[in-house]
Amino acid sequence: MGLTAMALNTVRYYFREAFTSLRRNGWLSLASIGTVTVSLFILGCCLLLVLNANKLAGALESMLEISVFLKNDLAEEQVRRLREEIKFVPGVAEVEFISKEQALEKMRQSIGADKLEGLDYNPLPDAFRVKTIDPQQVPRVAGEIAKLAGVEEVRYGQGLVEKLLMVTRGIRMAGWVSMAVLGVAAVFLIFTTIRVSVFSRRREINIMKYLGATNWFIRFPFLLEGMFLGVAGAFLAAVTVYYGYFLIIKEVSALIPFFPLANQLNEISPVFACIIGLGLVIGAAGSVLSVHRFLNV
Amino acid sequence: MLRLYNVSKVYPNGVTALDNVNLHVRRGDFLFLVGPSGAGKTTLARLVFREELPTRGQVIFNGKNIVRLRAREIPFHRRKIGMIFQDFRLLPQKNVFENVAFALEVTGASPKEIKKRVPEVLGLVGLEGKAKMFPHQLSGGEQQRVCVARALVNNPLLIIADEPTGNLDPETSWELMKLFQRINEQGTTIIMATHAWDIVNAMKKRVVALAQGRIVRDEESGAYSYGA
Repeated sequence: MGLTAMALNTVRYYFREAFTSLRRNGWLSLASIGTVTVSLFILGCCLLLVLNANKLAGALESMLEISVFLKNDLAEEQVRRLREEIKFVPGVAEVEFISKEQALEKMRQSIGADKLEGLDYNPLPDAFRVKTIDPQQVPRVAGEIAKLAGVEEVRYGQGLVEKLLMVTRGIRMAGWVSMAVLGVAAVFLIFTTIRVSVFSRRREINIMKYLGATNWFIRFPFLLEGMFLGVAGAFLAAVTVYYGYFLIIKEVSALIPFFPLANQLNEISPVFACIIGLGLVIGAAGSVLSVHRFLNV
Repeated sequence: MLRLYNVSKVYPNGVTALDNVNLHVRRGDFLFLVGPSGAGKTTLARLVFREELPTRGQVIFNGKNIVRLRAREIPFHRRKIGMIFQDFRLLPQKNVFENVAFALEVTGASPKEIKKRVPEVLGLVGLEGKAKMFPHQLSGGEQQRVCVARALVNNPLLIIADEPTGNLDPETSWELMKLFQRINEQGTTIIMATHAWDIVNAMKKRVVALAQGRIVRDEESGAYSYGA
């Protein structure tokens, strides 16, 4: 008998053993799957919540920009140089020039040409509209631009922006913290359940050691079993979260249409990948760690 | 085949289970290990099976120093030894055939090999007709025969039986001893720890008596009685 034939026998044994054990410990298996499902369901909801909070925060932040008003008497050359200087301020993403003529035209459009009838000169200054790479940097970047020569005034909604940024930072922090807490809770619950299943078979493990089974031979069926339990539970959780989520966002977007919700599959698919992946990893790790205690005969 | 050189075992709680034991077991020996509870019989078995390491001394089995075995070599060492326990240690959810087949599966044997080998050993221990039965459906003697079959199925060099008749009535015990005798005659070395003095006396085999962790007597075709 060759080595590969032996390996094949063993692999066949692993799968048979894993599935026999799943069937034999029927209720315990269901309980494990249920635990995984519930834990990952809650985790998935939390992930989607964080995702949407992030999107909302991002949407709010992307509206942030800095208006840089220029002194009135700048030569074209000076304006061009200033534009270069602003571009080189760290954290600046893009700089758009808005001439006083463009600004006036915009004003005409927005408040009505008739109201500006009597205006015989253009009171508006030339301006740059500056976007930053990271919205959190807006106040700092604005401060640095204000120091440049030729800049009359810098506006970015001072005061309000700082508050908004604090709120979005808070939303993100809360999201991460609750996700971490739930993640740990899920891992703990699943470990405990799988440990019960392994504990109920400590006798079998002991006997296997006496028959000269290698540690991996003992571990592998448990590993397969744990992975199966984890993935099965995660799959149920993912399906539930998926349908539940689309049900909810249908309601929400009918209620508040301007609310920016993540509703594209490619936006939320990382959440499901995360759920399934976590189920697999937790199931595998849970079973291997649980068996470990009984392997030292 | 098995040699213990100056082996001592002191447990962390300070109990000295074995005290400078020297023992030489030859291939084909049938050896009774006798002595009161706590004399060190079980500890000796555990050292040979590499469940525990001696505090001092060396254990050589089949030309190999098993004190120096690496962790991954231990399972392969154990496959050369068949263990039989007083409490049987059968898997309750597997039937007789599966219990014996399990010892082969552990070594990666093919289904074909299992189908051939398991009935052979079941025949040897006289359980041909009971392959489909579960341990709880068998008598104590029959369960112990399953254990013997399981220990034999991998063709071990040595069988260690720790009080195999401890849970059996005298008549069943004798049946079992005849089985061990037959196995020994086919060349398998047997070490049997036991309290059954009548069996030891009647079998007229080598007797090693332990008391307080020391070998106090080692004689060919001896009788029970230790201490003196």
